[in-house]
Amino acid sequence: MAVHTRAEPAAQHRTARRPRRARDRGYWLFLLPGLVLFTVVVVVPFAMNVGYSFTRWPGVGDPEWIGLDNYRRLLKDDLFWTSFRHNAALVVAMAFLPTLLGLVLSALMFDLVAKHFGGRTVTALRAAYYLPQLLPIAVAGVVWGWMLHPEFGALNSVLDAIGLGSLGQDWLGDPDLAMATVMAVMVWFQLGYPIVIFMAGLERVDPSLHEAAAIDGATWLQRFRHITIPQLRPEIFVVLLTCTIAALKVFGPIYVLTRGGPGNATTVPSYFSFQNFFEKASVGYGSAIATTLAIIILVIAALFLRLQDRNS
Amino acid sequence: MNHRILPRFAVLVSLAVLAVAMLLPFALVLLNAFKTPAEYSANGPLAFPEGLSLEGLVDFWERVDFGGKLLNSILISTAVAVLAVIVSVCNAYALGIGRIRGRTWILAFFLIANTLPQEAMIYPWYTMAKEAGLYDSRLSVIIICTVLQCAFGTYLMSSVLGQFPREVIEAAHLDGAGRLRTLTHVILPMSRSTLTVMFVFFFIWTWNEFLIPLILLISNDNQTVPVALGKLQGERMMDATMSSASALLGILPALVFFVLFQRTLTRGVTVGAIK
Repeated sequence: MAVHTRAEPAAQHRTARRPRRARDRGYWLFLLPGLVLFTVVVVVPFAMNVGYSFTRWPGVGDPEWIGLDNYRRLLKDDLFWTSFRHNAALVVAMAFLPTLLGLVLSALMFDLVAKHFGGRTVTALRAAYYLPQLLPIAVAGVVWGWMLHPEFGALNSVLDAIGLGSLGQDWLGDPDLAMATVMAVMVWFQLGYPIVIFMAGLERVDPSLHEAAAIDGATWLQRFRHITIPQLRPEIFVVLLTCTIAALKVFGPIYVLTRGGPGNATTVPSYFSFQNFFEKASVGYGSAIATTLAIIILVIAALFLRLQDRNS
Repeated sequence: MNHRILPRFAVLVSLAVLAVAMLLPFALVLLNAFKTPAEYSANGPLAFPEGLSLEGLVDFWERVDFGGKLLNSILISTAVAVLAVIVSVCNAYALGIGRIRGRTWILAFFLIANTLPQEAMIYPWYTMAKEAGLYDSRLSVIIICTVLQCAFGTYLMSSVLGQFPREVIEAAHLDGAGRLRTLTHVILPMSRSTLTVMFVFFFIWTWNEFLIPLILLISNDNQTVPVALGKLQGERMMDATMSSASALLGILPALVFFVLFQRTLTRGVTVGAIK
């Protein structure tokens, strides 16, 4: 993520200072609407949310200031910790597994399929993997909610048809299984994104690297490990970062597939805060959850970017 | 020779099997959306439909007034896409071409704001919309989504404009074109492909948005497609054929976008990710 800035020769800066200032002012006008909108729609509401988190407030009447009580309650709330454990599971399902699978799949497509079976085969395969990504997540949830239904769902029927009927389950209704099922659905949903990014990244890799390695007798696996993965490092970083953030924010799939249930077997912080806002009428507590989630996401994003800086 | 060709085919076959598995849910939805409930319970989800029954589709369509939902989604997504492209371009013009001071910080500010979870703003949006008389109005969703989308747009567009040939701009200025004229007559026509990418992405992202319309558009008349589907599913109010019919109606627009925008999409995903 190179932002093109900095390093302008100081001398040029000095001589051009006065006209530059005047010129600047004209351009500021263009930024004004964007900054105002951002302040009103993002900064102020976020500040309000932080403010609510120090209060007890059912959503009507006046909020009552209670300082850090909501945060103290949060630390002792088992449900809050459970929801974060589920979040971690979703990071695995939405960021790590798709990245790993995506790397292998795109390298296979790029090295083998494109070379021996033509670009069209690759395009078709990539489109198939990418298609779920285009669905609104709520629609993906409807598709899977129907597929996974214990009585009339298609998955159990497919298992029956291939003679594995005994493996049929109440996929989303069994508390021990529900989270794993949600994870599997998310892998299905997410896989296409890293594939498209990695395939594009592979175009960038100098083919002579692979040729040289092949002449030296390197196997495909060795080339994958020592050429493909290091060369794709920037893409891997971006994919991991964006998918991790997406996984921490997840709301739609949980709402549509399980509503956090059965019991609280699949609840996540975003859903937990939603419940407090709109179902339990404890806006203060919901705000504290949402604020904590926001801070965690910002810290993780900052850590990622630090790490990337150090690596490059 | 065999020992080299065989593994290649094995790889191809496994990749194809995976592709089929990825598409299986789509195929099953299609297979079952046209069955009658009786047929479904008699033959199960894997049997081929006996005829083209539109019962599930029509039932669902009428029950949620799907036509109205489509119009709402189209209206909101188009408005957001247009507005967010305009705001992004203006922001990026100041940052990428104007190179105003503190641009790195301003860009960082936009991007940080974009990583905040919507939950950390949803309740204030809800109260603000109520106070402004915009609760349950499509306008509130349009304003919020425009701002959220243009963070990415600003980032993408400013890095593209950062590499815009300076000579062209200077030439326009020498010809007496003001800043606005330079933007509309010189820069925009030359950035058409980035503008298309942004438009398509904003449109689809807004189409797929769930939490914001779920909270802010409470009445049936204003709801969007994903919310209508998600709500019914969450309430477990549908039988099997209606579920698959509703899934099909939810998938179709996404398929249309895919066919229409396939090239822009693949290009866009990659420009967006790595710059």
